[in-house]
Amino acid sequence: MTQSRPWIPYALILPSVVFLGLLFIVPLVQTIWLAVSDNGTPSLANMTTMVSDLNFGRSVLNTFLLTLAVVPIQIVMALTMGSMVAKMNGGRETILWIWTIPLGISDLAAGMVWLSILQNTGYLNSILFGMGLIERQTAWLTYQTPVALFIGIAIAEIWRGTAIVMIIIVAGLNQVPKEFKEAAEIFGASPWTRFTRITLPLIRPALQSALILRTVLAFEVFAVVYALGGRNFPVLVGEAYNWQNQNQNYGVAAAYAVLIMVISLAATLVYLKVVKVDPERLP
Amino acid sequence: MSNTMSTSGHAGFISARMLLFWSGIIALCAWVLVPIYLVALGALGGRAGAYQWPKNLLPNDISLQPFILFLKTEGVFQSFLNSLGAAGITVALSIALGAPAGYALARYNFRGKDSYRLLVLLTRAFPLAILALPLTVSYIRLGLYDTVLGVGLIHTVLALPFAALVTQGIFLGVPRELEEAAWVFGCTRIQAFFKIVAPLALPGLVATAVFAFVISWNEVFAASVLTVRHRTLTAYLLTVLSESPMHYRFAGGLMLILPSVVFIFAVRRYLFAIWGVSSK
Repeated sequence: MTQSRPWIPYALILPSVVFLGLLFIVPLVQTIWLAVSDNGTPSLANMTTMVSDLNFGRSVLNTFLLTLAVVPIQIVMALTMGSMVAKMNGGRETILWIWTIPLGISDLAAGMVWLSILQNTGYLNSILFGMGLIERQTAWLTYQTPVALFIGIAIAEIWRGTAIVMIIIVAGLNQVPKEFKEAAEIFGASPWTRFTRITLPLIRPALQSALILRTVLAFEVFAVVYALGGRNFPVLVGEAYNWQNQNQNYGVAAAYAVLIMVISLAATLVYLKVVKVDPERLP
Repeated sequence: MSNTMSTSGHAGFISARMLLFWSGIIALCAWVLVPIYLVALGALGGRAGAYQWPKNLLPNDISLQPFILFLKTEGVFQSFLNSLGAAGITVALSIALGAPAGYALARYNFRGKDSYRLLVLLTRAFPLAILALPLTVSYIRLGLYDTVLGVGLIHTVLALPFAALVTQGIFLGVPRELEEAAWVFGCTRIQAFFKIVAPLALPGLVATAVFAFVISWNEVFAASVLTVRHRTLTAYLLTVLSESPMHYRFAGGLMLILPSVVFIFAVRRYLFAIWGVSSK
């Protein structure tokens, strides 16, 4: 538009820049400083306390395993769902709405939903009992059953978090020109070849942002774990929460926060490198 | 003969594929809906229902009574109001600060535009709720600790980048020519914006507001860290979780789910447009 008043766009973005500066950049710097200082002098004491804590190794391992289990399944499910609705004519809107319902559900609520199924007198045990597979109530969510607890948490996370991946991927699929697929069909490409050679490369940008968003969220997993397993299944954010609220040790909590941020940033950079998006091939 | 055989065989093959296709779709719908149904059963079944063994999957012994009892529990209704308050602040601030930025991104080319977009995108690579940890100290100093306003502010950090990116897409969808025509006919820029652009962008802005609401309504970590007595619903439920009976947990879960489901239904038309834009 007119360049007569070049200050206009700056005036428009200024409020949000100031806001993000005060409540994003400043706390970010504060977190890092809190983590690497002790009583105002640089120190690695908080880091040492964090690393030598009994739960540290387990929480790192649990968080990574959970992310590795959940994110690929969500991507595959979302791709399946996206390909399915692409083939539909009638009822597409309704099905999509049903599949996106979990988008509005918090991780805490998701934990409670799956608690009603997985608790001792829950629906899973009732069904297994009805089928004669178990004789009495079986506990799935204790520290004595770490594998079952892990699977339960992973299922709850997959249940809740797949909707956002699906929406991003469907939005990406909507932008793939029909002609590409038709051309491939004419040249005799099988559905699988069309999917891997045409669709997947074209939805790379969507795939990339879905992966980044979902992985960052997966490293933040907390409430769903807490609702299902209490403290039986330590994860990074849960540890940060405990150090902050139970132990009132803000330094170690900040150390955890920095660790989570570093992991999230590293994951983002890996995705940006590995899932390359060629700007010239964007539809 | 062989010809008809192969045709009917072909049709049978197609309908078998269709059957598989629709079973898949129905199974995925059940995967989403059945757990919600079950937690609702748990919430409406009361104490007796929670410990019933083995459970009945049909809604036989349900009533609203247990859920109403839960709502009357001390702290529940107040935390519900606090959640509404924090979400209201989040909606107001993220639209008030985000929409102008979205408009600037959509309509102007200016130096620093890319840096601004980078700042906004950078927030996505960070687990933002974690930033509540150092804020505790500054919040205590500023008198924002344990207030609904304080929670609303940190939730705005989560919703604002999203609002800026989404409103950019919405304003790009309003033809620039309409706005320029309004200028020609003597509107000031501000008049043109409110008379021409705003009405056309309104449905998208409402959808953005709904998302900001849901972001705040569902946030657990920051709200739990920054409040003690004035808890939001999620923070309240998280802190009383270990000492509350099972049917209260299910009632809490249902109460968290209901408003967001209604909201997502209200904006379902915009879901894909919004995420298509914001994921670029």
